[in-house]
Amino acid sequence: MEDIIEGRVWTLGRDVDTDQIISGKYLTIIDPNELKKHVFEIALPEFAAQARTGDILIADENFGSGSSREHAPQAMRAIGVAAVVADSFARIFFRNAINLGLPAIEVRGVRAIFETGDVARIEMRRGTVTNLRTGASVPFPPLPPHLMRLLEAGGLVEKVRQELEARKASPGASP
Amino acid sequence: MSPQNGHGMTLAEKVLARTSGAERVVPGEIVEGAVDLAMMHEQGAQTVAPFHQMGATEVWDPDRVVIAIDHWVPASTEGAAVLHRILRKFAAETHLPHFYDVGQHGICHQILAENGWVVPGDLAVGTDSHTNMLGAMGAVAAGIGPTEMAAVLALGRLWLKVPSTIQIRVRGTLGRGVTAKDLVLRILGEIKTTGATYKAIEYTGPTIAALSMPERFTICNMTTEMGAKCGMVAPDAKTYAYLDGISKHAMHPLQPDADAVYDRVIDVDVDGMPPMVACPYSPDNVRALPDVVREHVKVDQVFLGSCTNARIEDLREGAALMKGQKVASGVRFIVSPASTKIYEQCLKEGIIETFTEAGAVFTNSSCSACFGGNMGILAPDEVCASSSNRNFPGRMGAKEARIYLLSPAATVAAAIRGELADPRDFM
Repeated sequence: MEDIIEGRVWTLGRDVDTDQIISGKYLTIIDPNELKKHVFEIALPEFAAQARTGDILIADENFGSGSSREHAPQAMRAIGVAAVVADSFARIFFRNAINLGLPAIEVRGVRAIFETGDVARIEMRRGTVTNLRTGASVPFPPLPPHLMRLLEAGGLVEKVRQELEARKASPGASP
Repeated sequence: MSPQNGHGMTLAEKVLARTSGAERVVPGEIVEGAVDLAMMHEQGAQTVAPFHQMGATEVWDPDRVVIAIDHWVPASTEGAAVLHRILRKFAAETHLPHFYDVGQHGICHQILAENGWVVPGDLAVGTDSHTNMLGAMGAVAAGIGPTEMAAVLALGRLWLKVPSTIQIRVRGTLGRGVTAKDLVLRILGEIKTTGATYKAIEYTGPTIAALSMPERFTICNMTTEMGAKCGMVAPDAKTYAYLDGISKHAMHPLQPDADAVYDRVIDVDVDGMPPMVACPYSPDNVRALPDVVREHVKVDQVFLGSCTNARIEDLREGAALMKGQKVASGVRFIVSPASTKIYEQCLKEGIIETFTEAGAVFTNSSCSACFGGNMGILAPDEVCASSSNRNFPGRMGAKEARIYLLSPAATVAAAIRGELADPRDFM
C-alpha cells in the first residue's frame, strides 16, 4: 500500500449495497477477472466499461451494506480500483476490503467535496483527502496500526502466511 | 460484579472478554478472539484458495467447523455445482466431518440453530451476513468474508473491534396477527439501516422474554439490516430448554452486568402495534401495513421462506391461514422451508398438502427466492410480497422489481387476495 494514493474519481450515493455492486446472479463466479465485468452493474452501469486502473471510488454513507459477499471488493480490486473512500462503510464490506488489501477509508463529509471526474489525493498516514481540482480537503483519523499493518502486508493472506511461517520456524512458541 | 473502574460490561463485552482471555474489554479496543464455531456455505468455496495461499494445511479444530450449502441446493447451475465440488473436496482433504450436504441440507443458520452448534457465550462466525441470527443463543455471532474465514480455519482466531452496545428494551404484548417479524421491522424503521453500524444490539425486556426461541431468531436475524456486528438475547430458561440434548459444546451462560454501560437505550412499546411492512427499496422503509393495504398494491409473486421466517412455527401459522383458501389467480406463491428437518415436519403435519392444494409451490429447503440467484426470480416491474429480509434494488432479480417485506401470515394474506392484505382479516 502506498502512503499517497492519487486517482480519477467516480462518485456514488448512499446505501450502495452489495447487490448493487455484484448482484446475486453472479455469485457462482469465482474468477475475479470474470466478476469485474459485472461490477456496479446496478449502481453505476457505465463503470465496468470505462474504469481505469488507479481509479478511486467516493461514496456517501453506508457503502457496501447487505451481504457478506467478498465478490464485491474482489471485483473492485480486479478492475483496478486503488481505494474506496466513503462517509461510512458497512462492517463486513470494510473488513473484506482491508483483508484483500484494498484500502477502504472512512472520511466523514468526503462525498460532498467530489464530483465524478475529479482527481483525488489520499494521504494515508497524514489522514487527508484532497480534491486536486477544487483544492477542497477533508481530514480523517488514520487507520489504526493493526489495519495499517494488514494493508502494508498486502492483505490478510500474506499476513497469515508470515505468521504460519514464523510458527514453523520456531515450533513450540505460543501462537 | 464490576471490577476496576466502577461499571460493568454488556453481554457482547462479556463474551469478547471471555473469548479473548481478558478480564474486561472496552468498546473501541481491538481484541483477538478464539472462535468457538465457524460456518461456511457456498461462499466458503472462496475460502479454499486463500487457505492454501496462506500455507495452511490443517484446520485448527475440525469439530468446530460446519459446512451447510444452501443457496443453490441441489445445484441449479454448473457454477454452483463447481462451488459444491470445491467444498466437498476441501472437507475430505482437511477432514471436516460436519458437512450438511444435499439430503441433510438446510439454510446454514437454521442448521446451526437446530443442531445446537452455537451455544451461550460463544464467538461464532459464518460466511453469511445473517449469521447474526445465532445471537439469539446469547452468543456473539457475526458474518465474515471468505478470506477472513481462511484465516479463522488456519488459526482459530480473528480480530474484532469491541463494539459499543445499543440496548433495545421491548415491553407490551404483540396483538393477534402481529409477530416478531413485525416487531423487528418496527425497530428497523426507527434505527434505520445505518443506526447500529459496527455496534452490538442487546434485545431485552418483558416482550423479548415472552418470545419463543424461533421468534428470537427472527429478531436477531434482521439485526443485520441495522448494520450491527451482532444482535443478542441473554440466555434464559427458554435458551437452555431449546439447547437441551442438542448442544455440541460446553456453554458459558454469560449475562450482562446490571451496571453495564450502553451506547444508548431504545424503548419500544408494542401494545396496539399493527402488522408492519418494509416497502421498496430498503428494509428500513417501514410503514404500518394497514396504511399500505389501502393503496391496493397488487402482487405477482409471494415468497414464504428464508432464514428470517421459514421455521416450522412460521409455516404452521401460514398453513392455518391458507387452509381452505386458494392462491389468487395470476399470483405465484413459493413456500420454502428453512431446513430438511422442517420439510419433514411439514410433510407429517399436512402443511405441504395445504399449500399445494391451495396452488402454492412448496419447494425443497434452500435460500430459494430470497437472493435472486437461484429460483423465483422477478422480472422488471414485478411486485413480490416476501417474508425474507432484504428489498434492495435487484435483490430478487430485476432492479426495477419491487419487494415488500412482511410477516409469514401477511405473505399468505397477500397470496390469497392478490394484493397486500392485513392477515387479521383472515383470522
